[in-house]
Amino acid sequence: MSRRPFTPKVVAANDLFDGEAVWLSADDSWTRQISEAELIEDEAIAEDRLLHAVGQPHIIVGPYLADAKSTPEGPAPVHFREAFRTRGPSNYAHGKQEASPATKPSQL
Amino acid sequence: MYQYNDFDEAFVRERVAQFRGQVARRIDGSLTEDEFKPLRLMNGLYLQLHAYMLRVAIPYGTLNSGQMRQLAMIADRWDKGYGHFTTRQNIQFNWPKLQDVPDILEALADVEMHALQTSGNTIRNVTSDHFAGAAADEIADPRPVAELIRQWSTDHPEFQFLPRKFKIAVTGAPNDRAVTKAHDIGLRMVRNDAGEPGFEVIVGGGLGRTPMIGKVLRDWLPQADLLPYLEAIVSVYNVLGRRDNKYKARIKITVAENGVDVIRDKVETLFEQLKAEFSGFDQAFLADIEKAFASPEFKAAGLDAVNAAMAANPAFRSWVDTNTVAHRHAEHAIVTVSMKAHGATPGDASSDQMRALADLAERLGYDELRISHEQNVILPHVHRSDLPELYETLRAHGLATANVGLISDIIACPGMDYCALATARSIPVAQDIATRFDELKLEHEIGPLKIKISGCINACGHHHVGHIGILGLDRAGVENYQITLGGDGTETAAIGERAGPGFGADEILPAIERLIEAYLGLRETSDETFLDAYRRVGMAPFKRALYPEKEESHAA
Repeated sequence: MSRRPFTPKVVAANDLFDGEAVWLSADDSWTRQISEAELIEDEAIAEDRLLHAVGQPHIIVGPYLADAKSTPEGPAPVHFREAFRTRGPSNYAHGKQEASPATKPSQL
Repeated sequence: MYQYNDFDEAFVRERVAQFRGQVARRIDGSLTEDEFKPLRLMNGLYLQLHAYMLRVAIPYGTLNSGQMRQLAMIADRWDKGYGHFTTRQNIQFNWPKLQDVPDILEALADVEMHALQTSGNTIRNVTSDHFAGAAADEIADPRPVAELIRQWSTDHPEFQFLPRKFKIAVTGAPNDRAVTKAHDIGLRMVRNDAGEPGFEVIVGGGLGRTPMIGKVLRDWLPQADLLPYLEAIVSVYNVLGRRDNKYKARIKITVAENGVDVIRDKVETLFEQLKAEFSGFDQAFLADIEKAFASPEFKAAGLDAVNAAMAANPAFRSWVDTNTVAHRHAEHAIVTVSMKAHGATPGDASSDQMRALADLAERLGYDELRISHEQNVILPHVHRSDLPELYETLRAHGLATANVGLISDIIACPGMDYCALATARSIPVAQDIATRFDELKLEHEIGPLKIKISGCINACGHHHVGHIGILGLDRAGVENYQITLGGDGTETAAIGERAGPGFGADEILPAIERLIEAYLGLRETSDETFLDAYRRVGMAPFKRALYPEKEESHAA
């Protein structure tokens, strides 16, 4: 059985109270900036970190492993869906981009 | 319009109180998310990409000014100052906080509204003709029947765990403005040979990954038999519908797999049995409901001033020609307020706009508003003499775009800007098309054209029944848009045909432009609509316009 090689991941979820996208950081806290997330390069550790997240239903909803890549600024999304989650919708400057006006809605 | 009786009031309040307790138990940890999720979905609360989303039902699309003002208040107090009118006569709030939702539901209950059964495998919000009660072509107002169905289906104990969601649409006119043929059950009011009104019952229509036009189960059903007949259909489906495969669970698949004749036999047999159990109390209810939908006392006034305004102001005249249609009372008009200003998000209304619409409805529209599945707001009864004042007020609130039924009056689902299920964005595509054709000043020249955009295969944007349908997909990690042509959501319903390979996000607008250019070049007269032209010439010329490079390589 051929398996695809493991690619780096972050643990992504939504905040229980306001539903905003959050990521698990190395110190076990949840951050609203993917750049502060823990980039996981090992599959066994990824599974372990996901289990840790599943055990925090009082903070977050729907944790999952999302592909991410390493950049000088920290982990960054790979897929466009995950990129949207780091910003907010493209029709209004709502969501995370509300707080950081430097990010233009049209940037992908 | 219908007003809650004591039962409705107590029921909705009790459900709010229950949900308040459920939210509290989710937050204090007594409920897991797995336990809580079905409970929140029963109350219309979804978790989307960036936030929770609350979907509120607008039964058969009818609102009064007080309800519209309350929606504006909710938008300001608990959301970001706007709401999104959906493709099934609901309104969605995109940014509520979990702990605020019980208060929002309480505020909705204060104006006799709720979010019940706007999700889950239940009978969803019953939709109807947005011109109901006003249309010149109507046999009868379908809303009393729609309200009867709302009451029957809300918390119906047998139908809370259907194989899949179940959508019913009702229209009282031969011209189908409610997309009845793309619903699980579509009801079209028709007269029999004796001239008596009844319903043509259509079953097994639907869009999504397996689009199907509904099939006629009964040519003519007496109105008095409606509830037992509906109960028989849903009951047969509840037993026969597949629960092993989510993608084969809708009644359209049940009908396709078993054949409409088998379904009809089972339904008719059960119907005979159920009919005996309906002792007529439903008809007594209906008679009461009908009183609540009595027609307003239409006023009379002179039309000289409005005629003079039409002659003097071409922009006003264009708006009247494009955004109003004939009312059954000749001195009145049905006004569609476009929620599709060029470049804006289809279906979004700011709280200021909602309040302006509420004020106008109260002042000039007999206190009635409708929401269409095409994501516009309708003032169903406006005396023609009031049109100039209405127009000027709408203009002051950015609501006077004269584009109803034209290329920029686009249906678009929220797509990947909001929706967790989406595979691509819809809103920016709609914004780009509307902006571009406004720049070209071509849309009145192009004439009636329905573009419908969905951001995934579930087809909330009704792309299958768009004259031009656009479906956003994820192709190898990039947004990609497929075009279908020739779809139709009316009484001549048809599923659009796929034109060919999809287009990238930066290629879709030029592709639509080529398509329109081809249409303008081949139409026989300026009255031949895009859909008529497509039906005459077929796919080939449009395909050549969409894929010119392919054409060249064939020629080489």
